Amino acid sequence: MSPTEAQTIQAQNKERIRQLVRDHAGLAAFEKVDCSSDLYRAGMTSYASVVLMIALENEFEVEFPDSMLSRDVFESIDSIASAIESLQRVNQ
Amino acid sequence: MSAPLRAVELPELAAAEPFQQALIVAAEHADDVDRQGRFPAEAVAALRAAGALSWGIPLQYGGASAGIDDLADATLELSRRCAATGMIFAMHQIQVASIVRHMADSLWFRNYLEGVVREQRLIASATSEVGLGGDMRKSIAAVTPVANSQENLVQFEKKASTISYGAYADDLLTTLRRTPDAESGDQVLVLTHFSEMDAKPMSTWDTLGMRGTCSPGFVVRTTCLTDQILPVPFASIAAETVVPVSHILWANVWLGISTDAFSRAQNFVRAQARQNPGVTPPTALRLSELSSRMAEFRALVHGATQEYMGLADSDRRAGLSTIGYAVRINNLKIAASEAAAEACQGALRICGFAGYGNSGPFSVGRQLRDAHSAALMIANDRLLATNAALLLVYREGK
Repeated sequence: MSPTEAQTIQAQNKERIRQLVRDHAGLAAFEKVDCSSDLYRAGMTSYASVVLMIALENEFEVEFPDSMLSRDVFESIDSIASAIESLQRVNQ
Repeated sequence: MSAPLRAVELPELAAAEPFQQALIVAAEHADDVDRQGRFPAEAVAALRAAGALSWGIPLQYGGASAGIDDLADATLELSRRCAATGMIFAMHQIQVASIVRHMADSLWFRNYLEGVVREQRLIASATSEVGLGGDMRKSIAAVTPVANSQENLVQFEKKASTISYGAYADDLLTTLRRTPDAESGDQVLVLTHFSEMDAKPMSTWDTLGMRGTCSPGFVVRTTCLTDQILPVPFASIAAETVVPVSHILWANVWLGISTDAFSRAQNFVRAQARQNPGVTPPTALRLSELSSRMAEFRALVHGATQEYMGLADSDRRAGLSTIGYAVRINNLKIAASEAAAEACQGALRICGFAGYGNSGPFSVGRQLRDAHSAALMIANDRLLATNAALLLVYREGK
C-alpha cells in the first residue's frame, strides 16, 4: 500500500467512526466535535461509550481486547482510529 | 516505579501501643455510638493520637507511606470493634489517596498534606448530589469564577445528598462540574476547609445501622482558590483511585463486621460445648459452614487488594481504567456486601436468641444492622446494571 492509499483509508475510517459517534455517543453538541475533541468531556457517558464500542466492532469487524477497552482509547475520534488501525494491522 | 520507602513498617505502627489503644477505645464505645447514633469522637481522637490519619501520606511529607494492604488491615481491625469508626477511617484514607495519587506537582496540595500530618485533619467527601440519584460521575453544581476577583478565586454551592461525618470533619473533597458550561460528566475534585465554608445540614441521620458515621445531607457553599482544585479530571481520579480504593477498604469494613459476628458465634458454640463435654453441639456444624464462607470472603478481599497493588503504583496504572478492571472491582463490591449480610445472618442463626438480644457477648444485632448498609452504599443494583452493559463488550478471561 502506498502512503497516499494509507492516508485515504485513514481518512475514510475516521469518517466512518464519526458517523458512529454521531449515532451512538449521545452528544448534545455533535457538530462542535472534531477528530481530536475529548468525547467524554463533550458528554459521552460510560454507557454510551459501550454502545459505541459495540457499533465499532460491528462496523469494522474487529474485537477490542480487554487492554484496549479503556478510557484513553475511546477518548477521541483520532484515538479510536489508531486503535482500529492497529487491530486491522493485526488481522491482516 | 520502585516501592515507596518506609521508615517504619506499617504492621509495626499498627502493633504499636497508640493504635492498639485506639482499638480498645473503639470497642469500648461501639455500643454507645450505635445506640445514640453519635460520632465516635473518642475513637477518632485515639486515631489522631496514634497519627493514623496520615498513614497514607508519603514519608516525604511526614506520613508513613502506608500501602493499601496496611490500610486495609487497620480498617478491618477497627471494624471488628466499631464499624462506624472503621468506615470513617476508611473514607478518610480514600480522600487522602485521591489527593496523594492525583495532586501532580501542586505546591498547594503538598503544603496541605503536611498540614494533615501536623494537625491530623479529618477529610470528608461530597460526591453525591440531590437530583442525580447517587450517580457519583455526574454533577449539577459547578466551579464558578468569582467576578472581578484579584486572585484566582472560584465559588460553588452544592446540595450534597450525604456527607459522612460532615459535621465533624476538618476538610471536604467535593465533586463539581469543571466550569458552569461543562457537561454533567466533566468533573473536578475540590478541597475546601469547613472553617471557611457555610455548611448546613439538610436532613437527619437516624438509620438502621452505621449510625455513628453521621451522614446527613448538607448544603455547602464556599469560595476558594483555583489551586484547591486537583489538577486532573475526576474521571481519572475515580477510575484509578476513588472506586477501587473505596471498594477495597469498604470490603474490609464489611469483613471486619463479619469477623466480629463470626467470633461471637464461635464463642457461643464453645460455651455450649463446655456445658456438655464430649458432645459436639449441633450449632458447631453451622459454624463450620460459616467458617468456609468466611474463608471465601477473605480470599475475595485479599485477591482484590493484591490486584490493585499490582496495578496502582506501576506503569500498569492504565490497567485501572479498563472495562475489565471496572467489571472486577464492581464484582468485589457486590460479592463482599452480600457476603457480609449473609455472614451476620449465619451468626444470628447460630447464636439464636442470645444473638437476637441487643446486649451481651453473643449479641449480633449491631453487626447485622451495620452489614445491611453494605448493599446500599452505591446500590448493588446500580453496579449490576453497569456490569450488565460493560459485559456486552468485555469478554471475561480474555
